[in-house]
Amino acid sequence: MKISDLPTKKLAYQLKDQGIIINIGPYCINLSSTLATVAVNLKTHYGTYNLATKEDITDFYINVDAPSLSRRWLRPQAVFSFDGHIPFKPLPQPQAFAMFEWGLNWVVANNAHNHLIIHSAVLEKNGKALIFPGSPGSGKSTLCAGLVTQGWRLLSDEMALLSLKTGLLTPIPRPISLKNQSIEIIKSIPGNFFVGESVHDTAKGTVAHMSAPQNSVERSHELAKPSAVIFPKYRNGAETDLSPLSKGRTFLALADNSFNYHVLGETAFSALTTMIDQCKCYNFTYQDLDSAYETMDRLIDA
Amino acid sequence: MHKSLSQISLVQFLKNPERASKTFSADDWELLIRQSRRTNLLSRIAFLIAERNLFDHIPQSLHFHLEGANTIAYSNLRSVRWEVLKIYEALNQVNLPVVLLKGAAYVMDNKDAANGRLFSDVDIMVKKAQLIDAEKALVKHGWISTKIDAYDQKYYREWMHELPPMRNLKRQSELDVHHTIIPPTAALKPKIEKIWDHVEPIPDYPGMFVLSPIDMILHSATHLFHEGDFSHGLRDLVDLDSLFKEHSEKDNSFWQTLTIRAQEMDLSRPLFYGLRYCKKILGTQIPETCYKQVSAVGAPPRFHLYAMDKMLLKAMTPTYINQSLPFAGFANFILFVRSHYLRMPLKLLIPHLIRKSLKGE
Repeated sequence: MKISDLPTKKLAYQLKDQGIIINIGPYCINLSSTLATVAVNLKTHYGTYNLATKEDITDFYINVDAPSLSRRWLRPQAVFSFDGHIPFKPLPQPQAFAMFEWGLNWVVANNAHNHLIIHSAVLEKNGKALIFPGSPGSGKSTLCAGLVTQGWRLLSDEMALLSLKTGLLTPIPRPISLKNQSIEIIKSIPGNFFVGESVHDTAKGTVAHMSAPQNSVERSHELAKPSAVIFPKYRNGAETDLSPLSKGRTFLALADNSFNYHVLGETAFSALTTMIDQCKCYNFTYQDLDSAYETMDRLIDA
Repeated sequence: MHKSLSQISLVQFLKNPERASKTFSADDWELLIRQSRRTNLLSRIAFLIAERNLFDHIPQSLHFHLEGANTIAYSNLRSVRWEVLKIYEALNQVNLPVVLLKGAAYVMDNKDAANGRLFSDVDIMVKKAQLIDAEKALVKHGWISTKIDAYDQKYYREWMHELPPMRNLKRQSELDVHHTIIPPTAALKPKIEKIWDHVEPIPDYPGMFVLSPIDMILHSATHLFHEGDFSHGLRDLVDLDSLFKEHSEKDNSFWQTLTIRAQEMDLSRPLFYGLRYCKKILGTQIPETCYKQVSAVGAPPRFHLYAMDKMLLKAMTPTYINQSLPFAGFANFILFVRSHYLRMPLKLLIPHLIRKSLKGE
């Protein structure tokens, strides 16, 4: 059963009561919340996700709620908690859903140590997965959302989960977090995809989420083989340019971009070197999305 | 859902991992993981499972939580050893003897308690007369004081038994520097020279020591029952349980020595609590004679003990996740007040709390 199969009222009721258990990538997440905005956004962005069955065991219990009674009326806030532990300060309530997304990133980054977790977007086409690491403002999410509108499979907009056992990438498709100008850029692309309402004045500026395509969600259990690492850089007026990057530099940049390299130590080193050995590595500068699509298509055809 | 203590999955598992493993359902395992993660015991649980080869009893989909917790414990161990080396380098240059306390001591002394234990900071003890020299040496090597405010500085230096917590600028690791094992303002007055007389050297780290096994236990008990924050309470009790087990197996006269030393050090009260709650909560095997002797000297008046039982048993256990006990929040509050009361007389405590509340801390 999918979330969209639940009538809105029932969904809101279950969220308030025991929480609902959603299959997100390899995890079963129990989410509870009394906030209407969470219920609405969940229905919009997670409608195609499966609800857990009786046999599933829940991995993480997450709650997003108003911190106290007074904060329900006076400048309402939302607080994120993970099994009773509150890792962040509360945020204004309109950011409650975004907070769930950021909080879930934190939970995965701090617990999924059977993976090397690299801060990057991951997309796949024809069995070849591309890893796009990126610091904020690099245009990683824009490029990722753009490629998704062209039919690429979304594994993640935020983190590459490199399995330490298999060396493959574990998908964890979730809404893509678009920021500031990139919201309008993506909305202007014709196609069958959905960008939600913009939330203003967050720590990252204005944020809107683009839903993960149904096909990517349905293929959450298909692991993918990493075939290239591409460091994107969006620059106004730039020509599209894909230039090779040495494996050494790629290694350092990826270690630097990973959430749990220091936790895994040697294991991370060997997993990362093995992965880079089988990948092509590039720097990629772009402005025009259409020509970026062409470049990526050519790359996987080669 | 309110439950009695012995029905809580985490407590059941800690008491007897093998038996719990045979009876646990998938839901119990899920709860165990949540409760132990919340009490900072997930890595310890993961260690016990790996040590006893209990993985086959656990649903496959939960294995990664435990494997991950093991990985975290290894990385913690790595960084504690590194911190200790850096502290050693800083203090050895100025010839300053130093005793490692709590977690760092368990690691360097290869105690079972170090297995699967997570560390938020390193605690060390230097002699009171050398406190300032130690501070200078540490500052020279990149540690700085985290409490800049003049009142906080005074609070720590004058009333408490330590320098304000220090943090290493490069590694962001925390270090607490003590000169005794209990706040000097507290009513209990253990003689610190007697502790220094019994410290034991750490091989390859000249000038660096750990407490004698018995004193290590007394310190662990004292620490636990003078703390206001019981969120680590169960974790600390697990330490104590492990130390009891390890030393009583090695040394036949252990319980007797412990009883005598506690009296000598004026620490029979905390030891009594340590014995009582290890026995009550974790089912630690403690000889009846030892318990009676410590109790004769250390047990509080009957009503006092009744209140401690009621509150501690609640505050010690994971109070939030499905299996909480009633009134646990209130018990935690009372214990927090109690810990401050134990640390300082009311004429110091009341101005301190007023000041803190005005500053909104």
